Amino acid sequence: MGRLDLSRQRPILSKIAAMTAEIGQIFLVLALLAALYQGIFPLAGAAAGDNALMQTGRTAALVQFLLLAAAFGMLTLVHATSDFTVRNVVENSHTAKPFIYKLTGVWGNHEGSMLLWALILAGYGGALAAFARAGALTARALSIQGLIAAAFLGFILFTSNPFARIFPAPADGQDLNPLLQDPGLILHPPFLYLGYVGFSIAFAFAVAGLIGGRIDEAWARAARPWALAAWTFLTIGIALGSWWAYYELGWGGFWAWDPVENASFMPWLAGTALIHTLRVLEVRGAFKAWTVLLAILAFSLSLVGTFLVRSGVLTSVHAFATDPSRGLFILLILAVFIGGALLLFALRGPALSSEAAFGAVSREGGLLINNVIMVAATTTVFIGTFYPLFIDVLSGEKLSVGAPYFNIVFLPFMAVALIIIAPASALAWKRGSISDAVKRVGPAALAGLGAVVIALWLASPRNTAAALGAGLAAWAGAGTLVEVAKRIRLREKNALARAAALPKSYVAMTLAHLGFAVVAIGVLGAGVWKSETIAYAREGDVVSVGGFAARLDSVRRIEGPNYVADRAVFSVSRGGAAMPAMTAERRFYPVRGMQTTEAAIATDLAGDLYLTVGEFNPERGWVVRAWRHPLTVWMWIGAGLIALGGLSGLGLFERRRSPAPAPAAEAAPA
Amino acid sequence: MTRLAFVLPVAAFAALLVWFAAGLKRDPGYLPSMLIDRPAPDFDLPPIAGRERGFSTQDLKGRVSMVNIFGSWCATCAIEHPVLMEMAREGVAPIYGLNWKDKPGAGAAWLAARGDPYAAIGDDADGRVAIDFGVTGAPETFIVDAAGRVRHKHVGEITRDDWRRVLKPMIEDLKKNAQPAD
Amino acid sequence: MRSLLISALLLAASAAAAIEPDEVLPDPALEARARNLSREIRCVVCQSESIDDSNAPLARDLRILIRERISAGDSDGEVRAFLVERYGDFVLLKPRMRGNTLLLWFAPIGAALTAAGAAVLFLRRKRNEVRAAPLTAEEQAALAALEERA
Repeated sequence: MGRLDLSRQRPILSKIAAMTAEIGQIFLVLALLAALYQGIFPLAGAAAGDNALMQTGRTAALVQFLLLAAAFGMLTLVHATSDFTVRNVVENSHTAKPFIYKLTGVWGNHEGSMLLWALILAGYGGALAAFARAGALTARALSIQGLIAAAFLGFILFTSNPFARIFPAPADGQDLNPLLQDPGLILHPPFLYLGYVGFSIAFAFAVAGLIGGRIDEAWARAARPWALAAWTFLTIGIALGSWWAYYELGWGGFWAWDPVENASFMPWLAGTALIHTLRVLEVRGAFKAWTVLLAILAFSLSLVGTFLVRSGVLTSVHAFATDPSRGLFILLILAVFIGGALLLFALRGPALSSEAAFGAVSREGGLLINNVIMVAATTTVFIGTFYPLFIDVLSGEKLSVGAPYFNIVFLPFMAVALIIIAPASALAWKRGSISDAVKRVGPAALAGLGAVVIALWLASPRNTAAALGAGLAAWAGAGTLVEVAKRIRLREKNALARAAALPKSYVAMTLAHLGFAVVAIGVLGAGVWKSETIAYAREGDVVSVGGFAARLDSVRRIEGPNYVADRAVFSVSRGGAAMPAMTAERRFYPVRGMQTTEAAIATDLAGDLYLTVGEFNPERGWVVRAWRHPLTVWMWIGAGLIALGGLSGLGLFERRRSPAPAPAAEAAPA
Repeated sequence: MTRLAFVLPVAAFAALLVWFAAGLKRDPGYLPSMLIDRPAPDFDLPPIAGRERGFSTQDLKGRVSMVNIFGSWCATCAIEHPVLMEMAREGVAPIYGLNWKDKPGAGAAWLAARGDPYAAIGDDADGRVAIDFGVTGAPETFIVDAAGRVRHKHVGEITRDDWRRVLKPMIEDLKKNAQPAD
Repeated sequence: MRSLLISALLLAASAAAAIEPDEVLPDPALEARARNLSREIRCVVCQSESIDDSNAPLARDLRILIRERISAGDSDGEVRAFLVERYGDFVLLKPRMRGNTLLLWFAPIGAALTAAGAAVLFLRRKRNEVRAAPLTAEEQAALAALEERA
């Protein structure tokens, strides 16, 4: 801990170290130049049919990524060495801050996270250059990517330079927000950005396809892995954020419908619709115009989210310190890219026609319903998020639209999704039959009914809506499993071999749908069926909740690297049986003058025991809060299943296999 | 008809863009007062430590006055304090103080160290009167006309500039157009 | 070892980090009402938390105020009206149904119906397209070949 002091080692090194920020800035400028090249020349090359020119675009993309990686490395270095001549370090770091947060705190602020954004954008561009098949489509997509990159690098250089110096350099920094000094910071933002920045590739493909005038199965085959990858990362990113909020905020809340949370959720909803229609386009050549629009929409929502978070139009606990001039710049970027793409769509869209015919009741129809649900849900979240802004502009009146509203309007969409997800995925392509599909997954209805009964009987308080929700989730999950069981003919011999031979897209679909049902159950448990006890306790007192008894053994004052804390130790028992001791803390960070709660959480499959210690009242004792959050871990397991589904769809678990035994004439080759 | 469907997205986006641009000029954190042009709430507060006189709605009737929310725990109030002293010296209108959520004696001690610009002070220890005024933080200052109606709310500390350019002219204007108390 | 079973609250929705033991009402039904209301009231000095979740002193004052009014017999609507009178509609996290919130409350069903309607129109057009599309030259030739064979 403390500073890395290079001056003692070699004077040349220390001179270079002193210029780290300037070197980083040079890399940034060079990256901008590379991005501009990447933005212009492959496009020109594609228009002229010049292969060599198109190829140079790939080099430019890789160069841009390397330069940005170097710039990012420089920023990390000045943070790691606590160089307080750099303003970004002063505003967000401190000598006593633990080293891991010196490194990851690089993206715990506006400028640094913007650089991470640009780095990941460049990373995707580089990956596109490295892995995509050469040709006009790739070249055009690379150019669009390059233009987006150039716009954001310009934004960084002109309004949000992380390398700006500060004179005179203060002796120490202002430390990082204590809520961010947590392992969650290490993973959540990177995965989040890998997610919604990743949709830029699908966007680039959409625009490139419109420019080239060709959207077909080949286009879908090219675009889908990128959309799927971005969506998978976004799933993980959102789940990580939710988990982080759950254990860090101190009461087990995992989703607040905060504007910034919604900013990440809307691209996810649109992305879910996108990966479904891309599938139809790839397999059946249908939904061309709609898929292109969705691809534009997903990244547009990412951009709008960026605007929301960094312009100051909405208040949020997540928002960065903001500046209207930055907001204007981002708005300009939005106008150029979203406006441009949608204009292109208006002009070239009508020329896209799909030949494929299919009946309303079919796999295509089912996927269409998915889109209806997802798009309506996205619109709902969008309107709710921006409504206060709309009304403010319109009449100056101040309104709030918060969690109570969103919970009421959003959950019905999820309920409908849970109802149809299992039978819809059992429908045949082109022409299916509802009765066949329902009969196929029918046995799952028993699971659904059983879940309702169990929920009504066991859970308290008795909540009929939640019990119905549990039934739907069980129906969806069991339905997915029943479909798989029938597909691999579980009761006959060699079922396992048939399972191993399942196509990757089928495995992906099954895992993701199952994961969705599992998440639903977790949300119901943790959101609805919790029990809580709030009490004053002195050492020796016992606080009980949900069948657990936690005895406050001791509370000691301890010192951490940059905080002081009250640490409470509890011995816990459940129905008389002893459990491991649990430790909760209440930390105070003096530099920022902020407090955080470090909850004690004991997890098992049935639920979490969640304990926190609060303020001390001299007359009554410590405030102890205890919760029983049932089924919480299933939220994370479910999210993991969804992510596994995405990874499986990308081919990560594919093995070389011998030709599968011919499936019996049945509903669907997936 | 379908051609229209293709134009709809870009048209909708253009409208959205205009809205966002207008939104950049708004301040999402600013909350206008619900009390403007309405009678000040009814209250009758006890005095703070060491004073005999408290502060009630009656004091607000008869002449234009100001109500200032402050607390010893409020750092910005300390910054505002010298300006309040100057305003009190000018004697344009009385400044009444609402000692918000202070422990007994804390407000009095704070004023003893800095000076007392207030014509009268009410002890709002449990914060109810502040809630009635729709207060969201300290310092905040209300301008009340002679009829006891709230006419203006100033959020945050009053600077000399605020006093000269906005508040003082407003008070003088109100005094000129004073209505007899209803 | 004393066993404290103070207010074992079995609550229906998200619980708070902020509520203190001394705020809790002795009557569990009233307390449940207070908690439900608190979740709908915005902490006006925070970013976008409810007073149920916020540690701010003003949030605590409002929580206590709500409990006092509920204990005094006010209905939920009257408590909301009391707060709106002082802080405006801004303080309600669940907007009231009024003229300028009609769009907000009907947007979800409107979006669902519009999307569903568009999908239905699309499917119907598809069906007509399939019926109306004449055979291509290749398909004509293939048909002729089949007829010849027959």
